[in-house]
Amino acid sequence: MTITTVKPTKPWMARPAQRLQSLGVFLAAIAISYFVVQISDFKGKLAYLTVFFLAFMVLDFIYQYLTLSKSAAKDAIARAVIAFGMAVVVFPIFSILVTVFLRGYKGLHFSLFSLDMRAASMNDPIGAGGLQHALVGTFLMVAIALVISVPLGILTALYLTEIRGRFTKPIAFLVQAMSGVPSIVAGLFILSALIYTVTRAYSGIMGSLALSILMIPTIARTSEEVLLLIPSDLREAGVALGGTQWRTVALVVVPAAKSGLVTAMILGIARVAGETAPLLLVAGGSDQTNLNPFNGPMASLPYYVWKAYSFGTAESVTRAWAGILVLLIIVLILFTTARFLSGRKG
Amino acid sequence: MPSATGLPQRRELTTKPRFSDKVFRGIVTTGGLSSLLLLGLIFAFLAYQGFSILKMEKFSFITGSQWQVVLNDSGAIDKANTAFGIAPMLVGTILCAIIALVVAVPVSVLAALFLTFYAPPALKRFLVAIIDLMAAFPSILFGLWGFFILMPSAEYWAKLLHKYFGWFPAFKMEVPIFTRSPFVAGVVLAIMVIPIVTSISREVFAQTPLDRVQAAYALGASRWSMIRAVVLPYGRSGVVGGAMLGLGRAMGETVAVYTVLNIVYQVNWHVLVGAGGSVASMILLKFGEAGAQEVKALMAAGLVLFLLTLIVNSIANAIVAKSGGKGR
Repeated sequence: MTITTVKPTKPWMARPAQRLQSLGVFLAAIAISYFVVQISDFKGKLAYLTVFFLAFMVLDFIYQYLTLSKSAAKDAIARAVIAFGMAVVVFPIFSILVTVFLRGYKGLHFSLFSLDMRAASMNDPIGAGGLQHALVGTFLMVAIALVISVPLGILTALYLTEIRGRFTKPIAFLVQAMSGVPSIVAGLFILSALIYTVTRAYSGIMGSLALSILMIPTIARTSEEVLLLIPSDLREAGVALGGTQWRTVALVVVPAAKSGLVTAMILGIARVAGETAPLLLVAGGSDQTNLNPFNGPMASLPYYVWKAYSFGTAESVTRAWAGILVLLIIVLILFTTARFLSGRKG
Repeated sequence: MPSATGLPQRRELTTKPRFSDKVFRGIVTTGGLSSLLLLGLIFAFLAYQGFSILKMEKFSFITGSQWQVVLNDSGAIDKANTAFGIAPMLVGTILCAIIALVVAVPVSVLAALFLTFYAPPALKRFLVAIIDLMAAFPSILFGLWGFFILMPSAEYWAKLLHKYFGWFPAFKMEVPIFTRSPFVAGVVLAIMVIPIVTSISREVFAQTPLDRVQAAYALGASRWSMIRAVVLPYGRSGVVGGAMLGLGRAMGETVAVYTVLNIVYQVNWHVLVGAGGSVASMILLKFGEAGAQEVKALMAAGLVLFLLTLIVNSIANAIVAKSGGKGR
């Protein structure tokens, strides 16, 4: 009697012959896209991509229709279209990242962080001057905005999750409405409410206030999501041990949500660090380092980029890209930290 | 009742909140009302500053297409010749936002479908991370990139559109200037709203009830027929809501539009012609050299923009909140 060992099979997987045929379809589509671009008047990288996609779709449809069925062919078309949509979404992201790094690194040098523009013009060679004033300004304004927004944002989130009073629904609605306020409207508001009526001068604090309006909804919404994830067992346990609501929230709920709340702050910073329009309206913008947010106009990174871009010469545009690169790196660091924190919690 | 054995005094049991709780609730409620207060203040101050202009222009502030300030000899505003009307900019805002949605929504829905039903987990995590990152890019970055990198390509696409679809009224051109057109601005805006629409659509699609998905597969559906029969009907209203959120964002965008759009004070429905408008960018453009009266008019324009985005966003949020639960 012979022992037969059954070889495990995976009938749902593609057989080698099928894989080879699919590869053939793929290569044929590449060949077609090459010839079409050579012959027709469509040109450029995107033309290759588009023609390849169309060719692949048609060939795959025919292949599936002949080997399998009509519904498999439809499925193949849908798959190709959906993958193409994804590619279209991803393409600009990589284009932006690559562009900023390639164009920005030429403008980087060490004195960028130790000099400001008081002795240099935008048209000077890249080595002259730097963006210290812009970094300091952005840092100060965002820090003050954070000091204002964190209490208000987290209190709003606590109201929505812990108190759950009469106004919960309207406030949830208003917070969402507020997160849609255009940034320029925030600038106009500070302009109309404070600058034209009270101070009559640009200053960093006005920039901070304008940024707060954009920051509060971001912090409130993220914090709310985080606080909703805290199991209510924890709250009940706190109350059952005799804690008042205040002590339960302060000693149990908020510590449990700590990393999430930090994430909310970081996302808030990332939201406003690149805001340009409101700062153009209310913070003025200067060429020298200003450490006093209450007096005198204050520069910021987006303002620096804006100004350098507006100059329009080769040197100034290089400066603009370098500024954008620094700003993008800051956003990337903030974003990665936020991801890391929220990932660790889960 | 003090006792000799040292037992603690009996506590009074009550359901009334303690003093500390009252203070806590008071503070949190006050903080919670801050958004109401801020929105109210924004409306109040913009309306206060813009009131005189709105009163002078009445409805023609929205319908009029002239924007000129004429001062008489005493330096006061000459009411007969001064006109503030934001119709061209309003038309431009809506036009750019609609182009943005026409480009962004199909692509975003496809991407959301890919992320939810096609992507392997590791790829999905990576793609979701970079799409979220894209939502955090500063708008001036989109502006610069749009101006230097996207514009040449977009111009070429515009020429193709004009060549092959020139019979379509919106693609007509009297003057062949393809740079800095509403079409280019719309494409830049589309790239800015793609992350929003994609992530909302993805969240809605991910909520599709698993039993319906599996029922479709059990009945022999292919992946595409499952999506068509279950996911799309279920997620339709959520996608509409996400698209409207993107619309709100596109309407309020300032700097990115300003860098790529050639702002011309003229109602222009021809999207490929290099002349357009946008309320937000117009405010930035005119703000620099505006006199006292003109600034008030800009405040009034800001009020219109504020209300417009508020309405669009509110409808969008209501739709997103109500989405789900339907479908076959």
